[in-house]
Parts: sequence; C-alpha cells; structure tokens
Amino acid sequence: MAEEMEVGCARPTGGPVGEEPSGEPVSQTQSVKEVKPMIQVGKKAPDFIAPAYQKGKFISVKLSQYLGKWVLLCFYPGDFTFV
Amino acid sequence: MSIDSIYVHKMWDDNELSKMVRGGVPFPMLSDAGGRVGKAFGIFDEDAGVETRGRFIIDPEGVVQGYEVLTPPVGRNISESLRQVQAFQVVRESKGKEATPSGWKPGKVTLKPGPDLVGKVWEVWKTDMAFD
Repeated sequence: MAEEMEVGCARPTGGPVGEEPSGEPVSQTQSVKEVKPMIQVGKKAPDFIAPAYQKGKFISVKLSQYLGKWVLLCFYPGDFTFV
Repeated sequence: MSIDSIYVHKMWDDNELSKMVRGGVPFPMLSDAGGRVGKAFGIFDEDAGVETRGRFIIDPEGVVQGYEVLTPPVGRNISESLRQVQAFQVVRESKGKEATPSGWKPGKVTLKPGPDLVGKVWEVWKTDMAFD
C-alpha cells in the first residue's frame, strides 16, 4: 500500500480524496494559506501526502491510498505525550 | 499525525510505545512538520504551533462521517471511536436502511426509519439503552 521513499514535507494535495486537485497543485514550498479548511461531515476529506514511520520503515502515505477502507485519522500535540 | 519528524516518531516507538504495545505501533505514524495537513483539517493550533486532538472517521469513499476535536490536556476514548466506526459500517452495510440510535453498540437493536416507525420509536427503544 505505502511505498518506501523520500516524500519531502507533508502537504495537502489541494483537492478532496479521490479527485483531481482543483486549480494549481500545492507545491512543497508554496504557502498553503489559500487551502481552505473543507471539513464537513458527509463531504470528502482533503487529500494529503505525508512522510510516515511504520514498523521500522520510513514510508510515504497518501490518504487516497486508503480509498476502499475505513480510516481513523488522529492528530495529537506531540510525541512522548499521551494520545 | 503530529508535527514531529518521522525520526522522532521512530524514537518514541522504539523507546516507549513498543513497551506498551508488543511490536510497536502497527499503523503509520504520520509527520506533519509545519502543520499544513492539520490546517487543511482545521485542527492546527496556530498559537501553540501544534495539532490539537482531532480525530476523523473517513469512509471507503473518502467521505468524512464524523470528527471530534479536543484540546491537548484531555485524551480520547478509543472505544467510542471504534464504536462509531462499527455503527457507520452497520449503516453502510444496510445501504442506509438501518440507523443506530443513541447508545447503540454491536448487539443492540438498530432502527429502520420509515413511515411505520414515526411515533413508535418509544416502543422499540428505551432511554436506558442510551447508556452502557
């Protein structure tokens, strides 16, 4: 599912999951101030790509890789705190 | 997902989490340095520079079915998150014909919304069923 690779920094792709980004793609260096929060229940989540650590490997994860599965996406303030 | 780097994630997993969970964390620990993904999900705390405790349930179509956001000092109830996923799965498998009333958990009665149920919920669902 997730390939092992250099991924660069975490970033939204600029579009919802499973759809082409609307307008200009978000580059790694570009500010994302113009990416509006689009969270609403019943609406698609914003897609993103992010580096990750899993079971001894550094990998790249894209949210849309998980289409077809249920996802529980959890944010937390920092490592070495509770989750 | 947090603003920590994947290297810090590894250190945390190696040095602490693997002592709590055999074999360490099984799922990907995502890094969001700069908080750009957190901003897209509306849970990044600009003043503190960290993600708050946002939790999103995303269905197989990529649709957000539910979310919860807490400030950092209070931890989540993981059982409740899993219960919600189970409830959404039941609804999805019924193709929307069934709904899970307050307090539902696996094994409890579901409702089948329709003309026959109007005014009759009280007959099949009791208030004590809202609680564990």
